Amino acid sequence: MGAFDSASLSQFVQLGLQGVSTGAIYSLVALGLVLGYKATEVLNFAHGDVLMLSSFAAWYFIAEAGLSFWFALPLVVLLAALLCWLLEARVMRAIVGQPQFAGVMLTIGIGFMIRGGTSMVFGPDSRSYPTPWTGHATTLGGAIVADLNLVIIAAALGVTALLFVFLQRTALGVAIQASSQNQLASYLCGVRVKRLNSLVWAISGAIAALCGILLAPISLVDLSLWFVMLKALAALVLGGFGSVPGAILGGLLIGLIEQFSGVYLPDGFKDVMPYLVLIAVLVFFPRGLIGEAHGRRV
Amino acid sequence: MSRDNYQTSYAEGRALLRTREQRLLYGALAAALVVAPFAIPTFYVGEASFIFIMCIASLGLMTLTGFTGQVSLGQAAFLGIGAYTHAQLLTLGLPLPLSLLAAAITAGLAGLAVGLPAIRVSGLHLAVVTLAFAIVTEHVAGRWKSVTGGHSGLAVPDPVLFGFSLGGPLPFYFLCLAMLALVLWLLLNLMRSATGRAFVGVRDSEAAAQGLGIHVARTKVLAFVISAAVSGLAGALLAHQTQFITPESFGLALSLQLVLMVFIGGMGSLRGAIFGALLIGMLPSLISLAKPLLPARIGSQFGLELFVYGAVLVFFVLLEPRGINGRWVRIRSALDEFPLRRRGGFRRQKAYMRSERG
Repeated sequence: MGAFDSASLSQFVQLGLQGVSTGAIYSLVALGLVLGYKATEVLNFAHGDVLMLSSFAAWYFIAEAGLSFWFALPLVVLLAALLCWLLEARVMRAIVGQPQFAGVMLTIGIGFMIRGGTSMVFGPDSRSYPTPWTGHATTLGGAIVADLNLVIIAAALGVTALLFVFLQRTALGVAIQASSQNQLASYLCGVRVKRLNSLVWAISGAIAALCGILLAPISLVDLSLWFVMLKALAALVLGGFGSVPGAILGGLLIGLIEQFSGVYLPDGFKDVMPYLVLIAVLVFFPRGLIGEAHGRRV
Repeated sequence: MSRDNYQTSYAEGRALLRTREQRLLYGALAAALVVAPFAIPTFYVGEASFIFIMCIASLGLMTLTGFTGQVSLGQAAFLGIGAYTHAQLLTLGLPLPLSLLAAAITAGLAGLAVGLPAIRVSGLHLAVVTLAFAIVTEHVAGRWKSVTGGHSGLAVPDPVLFGFSLGGPLPFYFLCLAMLALVLWLLLNLMRSATGRAFVGVRDSEAAAQGLGIHVARTKVLAFVISAAVSGLAGALLAHQTQFITPESFGLALSLQLVLMVFIGGMGSLRGAIFGALLIGMLPSLISLAKPLLPARIGSQFGLELFVYGAVLVFFVLLEPRGINGRWVRIRSALDEFPLRRRGGFRRQKAYMRSERG
């Protein structure tokens, strides 16, 4: 891109950091989607709504009930995990074995109900709540970055590392991987597939809640927060469905593309660029960048 | 009652309405639809036109999703393209029939542009591509101010046919009804032609369809084009209904509503598309009727509508996965066999371990 003077270099660094930080959120949301999709073959279209609901719950506990941030965080994460566990065990299980489209419709319906319910209970106004990092900023390489963005990057790294260790090094994690690959075979090997599916949904819900809690102070606690889901979906397809590293890579790419196209491309490209890239990638690499092979068996 | 399985001539086998009861019933329905606008309040005439338009859009999506098995979460974009084309051409002075045709053709071309790349992907990927296309279209409509008027919107001229204004509720009702009848007739015939059978074949098994000599890629693109063209026509009519179009009116919400109609109506049936459009189109009015019965805090908010949409969808997926049309077919056959009853004729088979990931 040619030589940079120091001003544009620091702008470049700043944009990069912001891109990585929003991208980290997209990655985390996409990661939750991939986990659920791999385990139950249902793409959870209500994921963004769980995220949105969590941010409202966090607002309620912190701003209304006056709990401290550090107490509200695990509480909301646990509640979201419980909600997703119940959704999987009580609702989604009824449509096991039906075409994929049924799962899409059911989760869209659940998402509508969550969004409508949230709007009925809390009202449609947007709001905000304080975090320990609100209003603080750090200078990095000449760029000023809000501490919250750094926390998001750290949280994304932490969650990804934890998940990696969990899935690779623990018996439970290996069982989850096995049942994602072949439910019947792992069931015959003594894996409790139903319970694991619920657990995976709970984990995915917990991740969504974490994203919601960290994202809401940057944007706002608002019903439109579920739109993150669309970006995560783009990230997911970009990286290739059903691939965990792909989801992370896709999320970071979408975040970076969004930030840089907002500055270096004409006005208005910021909002559509992720989707244009998505369409282009799918046309040239129909399986995503790091997709699992998925030819259809006859 | 006899639904005659024995046919005594080719003409009888090819007729759309085969039995006397069918002719009588559908004739009565047509007569009722023609008389109705003179008997009901003007407000409901407008609502009825809106539902007819939704029926057309829903039929368009049914062709693509219900018959060809290609999920589209971005159908509203085609409606939008049709609406803007129509509004611009009418402003330029083109007569109404030509402008409607041009709106359908432009939307069809957009369908071609989406369909050509989209057939490279299937299933959820396709759903996401169409979603991305719809989001991009909405943003373009918001930015391209010289053509679309941007977010401040575009006024739509009144429909005029041979010097008569069709802008009033009553003439517009008949315009929509005529268009719906035309589209329904065309699609009914399409679905029993070789092309229509190819659509269903591609939905049920691409490999088998290809084995039988169906050009799968061409069939899918054709389905996209036809579906987009029908949607474009619906969009043009919708532009008259709302009289003022903004990019937001063709956003994700409308796309999802259309998918809801198709699914709730019952996949793979034109009658289902109309049932679905009826239910989803009437839902807002029903909710606003029910609102006074609810506590003010809940009843006054837009969340209620969303919640009811979601609840209806969840209900249908869990308890009535074949949609309204499935129930209709069951009731009809129960009436046919009335004194006797066949058990298990419609029992669903459960398929465990059915994976679509390959």
